Amino acid sequence: MSDLEVQAELAVRSSQSFRPRRLGVAEGVAGLLALLLLIAAVAPQFLAPGDPLVIDPLAAFSPPTFAHGFGTDESGRDIYTRVVHGTQYSLVIGIAATAIGLGLGVMLGTLAGMLGPIVDFTVNRVLEVLFAFPGLLLALLFILVFGPGVATATIAVGLSTAPGYARIIRAQLIAVRGAAFVEAATVLGRTRWQILVRHILPNTLAPLFVLATLGVGQAIVWAATLSYLGLGAEPPTAEWGAMLSAGRTYITSAWWMSFFPGLFIVLTAVTATVLGRSIDRRMRHA
Amino acid sequence: MSATAALTVHNLRVGFGATESVVNGVSFEIAPGECLAIVGESGSGKSVTARSLLGLAGGNARVQADRLDLGGRSVLGLTDRAWQSRRGKDVGLVLQDALVSLDPLRPIGREIADSLRLHTTLGAAARARRVVELLDAVGLPDPAQQVHKLSGQLSGGERQRALIAAAIALGPPLLIADEPTTALDVTVQAQILALLEQIKLSGTALLLISHDLAVVSRIADRVAVMHNGRFIESGQTEQVLGSPQHEQTRRMVAAVPADKPRGSRLSPLDSPATQTVPRSPAPAPNATEQGEIVLEAIGLTRSFRRPDGSRQLAVDDVSFALHRGSTLGIVGESGSGKTTTARLMLALLKPEQGEVALFGRPWSSIAEKDRRGQRPGIGAIYQDALGSFDPRRSVAEILADALGPALTNSRGSRRSPQSLARLTTLLDEVELAGTVLPRRPLELSGGQRQRVGIARALAGRPEILICDEPVSSLDVSVQAQVLDLLDDVQRERGLSLIFISHDLGVVQHISDEVAVMRSGRIVESGPAARVFAAPQHPYSVQLLSAVPRLLG
Repeated sequence: MSDLEVQAELAVRSSQSFRPRRLGVAEGVAGLLALLLLIAAVAPQFLAPGDPLVIDPLAAFSPPTFAHGFGTDESGRDIYTRVVHGTQYSLVIGIAATAIGLGLGVMLGTLAGMLGPIVDFTVNRVLEVLFAFPGLLLALLFILVFGPGVATATIAVGLSTAPGYARIIRAQLIAVRGAAFVEAATVLGRTRWQILVRHILPNTLAPLFVLATLGVGQAIVWAATLSYLGLGAEPPTAEWGAMLSAGRTYITSAWWMSFFPGLFIVLTAVTATVLGRSIDRRMRHA
Repeated sequence: MSATAALTVHNLRVGFGATESVVNGVSFEIAPGECLAIVGESGSGKSVTARSLLGLAGGNARVQADRLDLGGRSVLGLTDRAWQSRRGKDVGLVLQDALVSLDPLRPIGREIADSLRLHTTLGAAARARRVVELLDAVGLPDPAQQVHKLSGQLSGGERQRALIAAAIALGPPLLIADEPTTALDVTVQAQILALLEQIKLSGTALLLISHDLAVVSRIADRVAVMHNGRFIESGQTEQVLGSPQHEQTRRMVAAVPADKPRGSRLSPLDSPATQTVPRSPAPAPNATEQGEIVLEAIGLTRSFRRPDGSRQLAVDDVSFALHRGSTLGIVGESGSGKTTTARLMLALLKPEQGEVALFGRPWSSIAEKDRRGQRPGIGAIYQDALGSFDPRRSVAEILADALGPALTNSRGSRRSPQSLARLTTLLDEVELAGTVLPRRPLELSGGQRQRVGIARALAGRPEILICDEPVSSLDVSVQAQVLDLLDDVQRERGLSLIFISHDLGVVQHISDEVAVMRSGRIVESGPAARVFAAPQHPYSVQLLSAVPRLLG
């Protein structure tokens, strides 16, 4: 093999591999937080060995102390333990809701973008009707029909984000479909299917990955909102929105009951956003 | 002379950030009624020079000079605010792209009136009169009506005229024109150049910035050639272009394709080894020795729906034949149907009437399924090379994909050595180094991109190449290299070429046969030598007379 051939072989093989770039401070902190949140979601006992539901009436309304870092609630449950254990609800709801929204969005958007003007017209009108309702209102409507609970809240949030994703995918698909490189692939003799799989879909879906990361943050906030309204997780459950709701009554006397769950909702949403933007920047540069 | 000079620049230096300077000590002056042209390739620093003279070099630019006098007054270290009162009044600017230089949502009359409103005490009615006068002066037909139009409703030439009108509204003693005709068709270009010359003759000093030697040679009194931020040569236009002293200038003069016979090289050969070997003479374009017809258009017609629902004929009864091993040049201005013709030949569009035949067999009328197998026989090269590549793929992947599934399908498994060998042969053929392989098209220069484009087109071992404005977005010297490359691969592979361009000089250089298109029709066709020497159709005559040529 000549030198040039070796270069060629290496280039073909490695060109899709990840190229590292320097991390910013915000990205580093967000990465660390994401890691902690992930551990909290997968193995909460590791960070908080206690039981989030065990009550201790003697220790009720304890402000943050050495024994109870984040304080306790009205039944003496440790807020720190509850916040850590609540991570899995929030993350699972956030990710699952985004997955549902994205999945539906991809389906609708692809249908609209690929199947010709009649399907496009129909899907667009449906999306417009869905867009007429603010996202959260749509979620409330869904819960009204199917009853409250964690599962319905997840599906409700997913459904209400789907129209947005569908719109973006459709627009992206139409732009990519008309791109010069798609025409170039046709000239090379590629089939429609090959062009769809190799060129159109990767170029359509890659930007969406970023959007989805940003969307997880939003979904977490929405899910917490639903729980706060009493439409998601039921009160004793260690879910951030529900905890926030429970703390509301005592906000003047026991601020820590609502402060810490609220802080973590914000932190998680910000982490998802920072990571999403960071991935976005990298992909633009790659 | 320096006392009366409209512009005096001594030792101008411009740098950005911590990097080395972009302009390294440039000195010149322009007298009233004189035109100096600064010519250079992209990245030579010519635009930065022009912008520094307007205080528009940018916030992070370090502009230094021993002297920078505009109309006898120093403008060194002027604040942004102070610049605002000078710009428009003391110096006017005409930019390349009038479409983005004019606010798309405001009538052009308002745009032009802006500078009058800011710098003069004229009342509204007087301003309106003056605007009409100005538009009349720049040769815009029916100016009283045109003032109400938006820039999007004007043609490219009209927009450029409006922009010039805005620049001369306050009668500045100095007008700076940065690539004023680059985006225009040749006939319009000739008109705009004539207009600029007229402004110059009326006593305005003109600084012309261009990459095109032939364009500036028409109106410039003096030429300065810029390279790496320095003037490498300057002097009277005839002297610089007639007997260039500097190597780089000679290269630029040699790269102008107009009037260079087919087969002659435009760019210097790189390696001394090949330089000593004389090239095989170009096959004489001989009508009796024409090869068989490989691609033929028979009465092609195609129309498009306008936004208002009516139909516009883009290609109207077009017929021509491409002979094996020869080049057919299709030339015409924007909107003449050249690109639609290319898309019809590539069977990306179906003709409404007529037929495209490939090797004597039907091509446009068969199903895509049957066509697919034959597609590798026709390669395509696009004007926008960057857009024609999947932005997510590296050069290696793009070429491997074009070479066929053998190299890409089985990721991880052993690739066939033949395919890899073909990839490297391909790179060799378009004279690209292996270092470009891992890069993405965005990271390549314009010339490299077009070479990759040519390599991709050659990958399927085509017999025909359809090139749609392949060199239009390139610098003259890079254009020369790419034209030479196309000429080489055609010779080596015996390719037949359809070469579409708005640039008659390029078409003249590369074509055996020429077809002149206007409004969707071929108005004249024939051997290139004949059409260029003795054009028959009035439009061909007009087009030819507008071609920028070097003096002499």
